[in-house]
Amino acid sequence: MSTTLTARTTLDPVQLIDPHGVRQGDEHYDPLVADITDARLTALYEDMVIVRRIDTEATALQRQGELGLWPPLLGQEAAQVGSARALRADDFVFSSYRENGVAYCRVVELVDLARAWRGTAASGWDPFSVNMATPAVIIGAQTLHATGYAVGCVKDGVDSVSVAYFGDGATSQGDVNEAMVFAASFHAPVVFFCQNNQWAISEPVGLQAVRPIADRAPGFGIPSVRVDGNDVLAVTAVTREAVERARSGGGPSFIEAVTYRMGPHTTSDDPTRYVDPLQREEWAGRDPLARLEAYLGLSESEQQRIAARADEAAHKFRTACTSLVDPEPLSLFDHVYATPHSGLARQRSRYAAYLEGFES
Amino acid sequence: MSELTLSKALGSGLRRALADDDRVVLMGEDIGTLGGVFRVTDGLQAEFGTDRVMDMPLAESGIIGMAVGLAFRGFRPVVEIQFDGFIYPGFDQIVAQVAKLHARTGGKVRMPLTIRVPYGGGIGAVEHHSESPEAYFAHTAGLRVVTCATPQDAHTMIRQAIACDDPVLFFEPKRRYWTKGEVDEGYDFPLGKARVAREGTDVTLLTYGPLVPTALDAAVAASDEGISIEVVDLRSLSPVDYETVEASVRKTGRVVITHEAAEFGGMGAELAAAITDRCFFHLEAAPERVAGFDIPYPPARLEEHFLPDLDRMLDAVDRVLGRTNSLTGWTA
Repeated sequence: MSTTLTARTTLDPVQLIDPHGVRQGDEHYDPLVADITDARLTALYEDMVIVRRIDTEATALQRQGELGLWPPLLGQEAAQVGSARALRADDFVFSSYRENGVAYCRVVELVDLARAWRGTAASGWDPFSVNMATPAVIIGAQTLHATGYAVGCVKDGVDSVSVAYFGDGATSQGDVNEAMVFAASFHAPVVFFCQNNQWAISEPVGLQAVRPIADRAPGFGIPSVRVDGNDVLAVTAVTREAVERARSGGGPSFIEAVTYRMGPHTTSDDPTRYVDPLQREEWAGRDPLARLEAYLGLSESEQQRIAARADEAAHKFRTACTSLVDPEPLSLFDHVYATPHSGLARQRSRYAAYLEGFES
Repeated sequence: MSELTLSKALGSGLRRALADDDRVVLMGEDIGTLGGVFRVTDGLQAEFGTDRVMDMPLAESGIIGMAVGLAFRGFRPVVEIQFDGFIYPGFDQIVAQVAKLHARTGGKVRMPLTIRVPYGGGIGAVEHHSESPEAYFAHTAGLRVVTCATPQDAHTMIRQAIACDDPVLFFEPKRRYWTKGEVDEGYDFPLGKARVAREGTDVTLLTYGPLVPTALDAAVAASDEGISIEVVDLRSLSPVDYETVEASVRKTGRVVITHEAAEFGGMGAELAAAITDRCFFHLEAAPERVAGFDIPYPPARLEEHFLPDLDRMLDAVDRVLGRTNSLTGWTA
């Protein structure tokens, strides 16, 4: 493994199931997941299998020309499912563009995951129907939105919390640092969930941070924790702790889920130009699904049942995706403003007249 | 009716907005106990509490981004940017998030933010305190851009902006903050409607914000020479009320556009193109622009050369009238 490219770690990540599937006892975090029986762990495993299967299908769809682009989450299933399953329906998620696993857990319709990448809409879903904003593409911008939303929850006297998902690259952005300042100052019930997948496209995390990212948060007055991002149980435990802290008036938290982006940044990327194959190989040995398979010792029939469900989801995803129809040309002008705008109305009517010219 | 400074008129508009709608929150640097560096929010925190009138950490992107999150939660944030030149750190959140979220989400997420920006020069200030960045925002789809010139409009328009379901960039002419005028709280007009500030027949002088009083002075001076200038105060830069603009230009056949912002790619360019398109056969002369030069805002001792003043406006009026002027010279 290359030791120069990744940040040196001084904090031991929380781990409850190791890469070999061996349960690691933890006095502090075990009680937080005492209710997660093997049956519930199997359900989390099922989520991860489905999310990976949809992800694989989406990449295939892109290769077949059905999607313009896709940002694979391969390798990050535990970080996303483990954290998203620790939230309540009334909590609100602000994510980047790779959180398709989180979106799945928020019950976003599968077809809605494809709309923006197929180019039939600017984004996929009604944020208020699933309490998850559509992805922010500007890196780190959503962390401020999450902070504002959290402050709004306090103003409204509700105990909902917000969660901001972002990557290691985003931690260099001013917005993320400002979000931490603001969250601390206003004691906002927000959880900063950083998936450190080691890469910002081609740039190794060592370029963003020379110390573990989680180390920064205490400087802002925000408690932080590093967690094995490929351990769904540990991710659930630390997220539950952070969410509970926020919900009970304890303010913001910062989680660094240490994981690895096993695929390209997007389908347009070529990671063979910069990824050390040995490093990737080492992370392949820490696969989030494989360790649960080892731990749970699922029967072949159970494995087949889950695989069949995943295939069914992928099939549904593919069919819905390829059935998406192009929007009407004049929908270009819809929703730019909530109230009438005379300048845009004129452009719209002129373009409508222009288009009509082709019909006659 | 009461006589108020433009600053106080804005403050009274904000007070009404806070009182009328408990989802309205004010956010900004030094807007609480200090009442803002221009005292626009004077007394509002004491009256409405720190929950409604929030002093913010010094990070403009952070303030705007947090306002976006509050809007997601159903609030109507009113953000004060301390000075025009300080808006750039918040530019990304404004143009990439505030402006686009409604369209991005197919109308599901509304961004009823009002972003107040004291702008323009003429106060002898240092760098970054005298700029006119309105064209950046008028160029951005999804934003409405308005600017007031009188205490009455300041009061009415800030309430309109806050009530509007779209994001509004609200530019305040800082050198006119202490101008006094009658304010009737009940006065209203549609947001975006331009105002004929002075009627005339020979030349339309099209302007907005801090230059409206200057344009009116120019009209008075021109009348001494028998030239009748119609001054149109645009009030709104996105959208532009072309109905009012066209009516004026069709009447006069001549138009001079003036603003403090740099000429290249400024509002004047857009207005001249649109007027040429819409009123071509009514024009007796090409539209003229009197604007700031295409340079960084100059040091205070030079700003009188940068800012369009009465004489430069009248020089352009002479040009559209075909009278001798600085370009043709007295011998022409």
